Amino acid sequence: MKHEIVEKNVGLLAVLILVAISFGGLAEVVPLFFQKQTTEPVEGLEPLSALELEGRDIYRREGCVGCHSQMVRPFRAETERYGHYNVAGEQVYEHNFLWGSKRTGPDLARVGGRYSDDWHRAHLYNPRDVVPESIMPAYPWLFENTLDGDATPAKMRTLRQLGVPYTDEDIANATADVRGTQEITALVAYLQQLGTVLEGTR
Amino acid sequence: MNNLWGDSLSGFWSAWIIIITLGTIALSVWILMANRRTDKTPDADGNVETTGHAADGIEEYDNPLPKWWFQLFVLTVVFALGYLVLYPGLGNYAGILGWSQEGQWEEEVAQAEERFTPIFAQYQEIPIPELAEDPEAMQVAERIYQNNCAVCHGSNAQGGYGFPNLTNDDWLYGGEPENILTTLNNGRNGLMPAWQQLGQNNIENLTQYVLSLSNEEHDEAQAEQGESTFMAVCAACHGPSGTGNTALGAPNLTDDIWLYLAPGQEVGDSIRQTLRNGRNGHMPAQAAYIGEERVHLVAAYVYSLRLAN
Repeated sequence: MKHEIVEKNVGLLAVLILVAISFGGLAEVVPLFFQKQTTEPVEGLEPLSALELEGRDIYRREGCVGCHSQMVRPFRAETERYGHYNVAGEQVYEHNFLWGSKRTGPDLARVGGRYSDDWHRAHLYNPRDVVPESIMPAYPWLFENTLDGDATPAKMRTLRQLGVPYTDEDIANATADVRGTQEITALVAYLQQLGTVLEGTR
Repeated sequence: MNNLWGDSLSGFWSAWIIIITLGTIALSVWILMANRRTDKTPDADGNVETTGHAADGIEEYDNPLPKWWFQLFVLTVVFALGYLVLYPGLGNYAGILGWSQEGQWEEEVAQAEERFTPIFAQYQEIPIPELAEDPEAMQVAERIYQNNCAVCHGSNAQGGYGFPNLTNDDWLYGGEPENILTTLNNGRNGLMPAWQQLGQNNIENLTQYVLSLSNEEHDEAQAEQGESTFMAVCAACHGPSGTGNTALGAPNLTDDIWLYLAPGQEVGDSIRQTLRNGRNGHMPAQAAYIGEERVHLVAAYVYSLRLAN
């Protein structure tokens, strides 16, 4: 083909560029959609409860992912500190992923059960109260705000469409499960289950 | 854990990856070769080949690619093929080096274990009271403490609101080496029930009585009234004299040490709050996180803090 034809037809050029750059994605990404390793949950994985789900949304709203990753990589330095490296099967119910890419604070992929609920509450109210050197912001409003749970069933229905196995009962009870709960309680519930499905694997 | 990385790809997807990867490389080589010009010598008339592009009488020469650029391109292709032979990249083909992400991690861990296991095994043999006197062991132990325990108990081990101070001689669950070991390995769950149902009067009287146990400033008459309630309700866990019970983790109320005393808070207010709402102290079990060998060292470290008293 004469490249003059390509150079003088912007539309054709754009199409050919798209074809050229799609090869990488076709070889590296597309097969993952059909691989058991990434599509099947690890044994014991449960969808988040209504309260944990609301906690997760608070985690997203407050931008925790900006400073905390949830991705333990398979290096000894990381598995010594945080526990077993992440595996894809733990994350099949995650929409969107909260892996993050910045560690101003520590990784949280396996923080569940590490500290007591009281510690998390004290720490989120004012991190300096428990870790004097901390530069983490304080989140006192989480103790004042309560959840109404109006949107919880809709969130769960959406997730169910994406493949998270919520039952009709889960969805029917969602609002009642979270209504009136402090936001901090939801966030701590979310944090305390992080990474616990592979407990004892280190 | 087996098979966390899942099964290998199905034959179709393996072939898909191999074909696209090698096809892309072949296509790149074809484009490079098909467009290659080597000849730039002028013909007999002194004309040099041009691309045919002309603007305002200025024509574009059709020169060959610079040699260094061409050679670099070829080199990247050679590198890519070499890489695909040595490392996993082509579907299920594992590469002749047999490298894998988890394999590299296992190797790293095995190397570290080879280096550190004998050290920890040696410390594991030494009884805790003796180990607590070994400065070298305590240096190692302090690092483990700082990385795993300081978050709650503080880098100086003096605790905080709701997190026990490890440097005084007040032990909720006992300060003997075996108590400390149990606490670390299995964790603890301290539960003080809420006594709201006793009513405002009783709570106030009890508060005054508990204050009197620690010789804090209190109202004598109210304390006296609180004593009978204390014997009926509180003595079961805290003991008739209020000295606590390390089997239950019921704190000693006579030593004037208050776990839930916020900075600047009056002792009486803290006691009232405890009586009304209860408390739930939770020490997470550490054995699963750091392993029994390290727990042994940390127990010795905590015991050394006690000895330092």
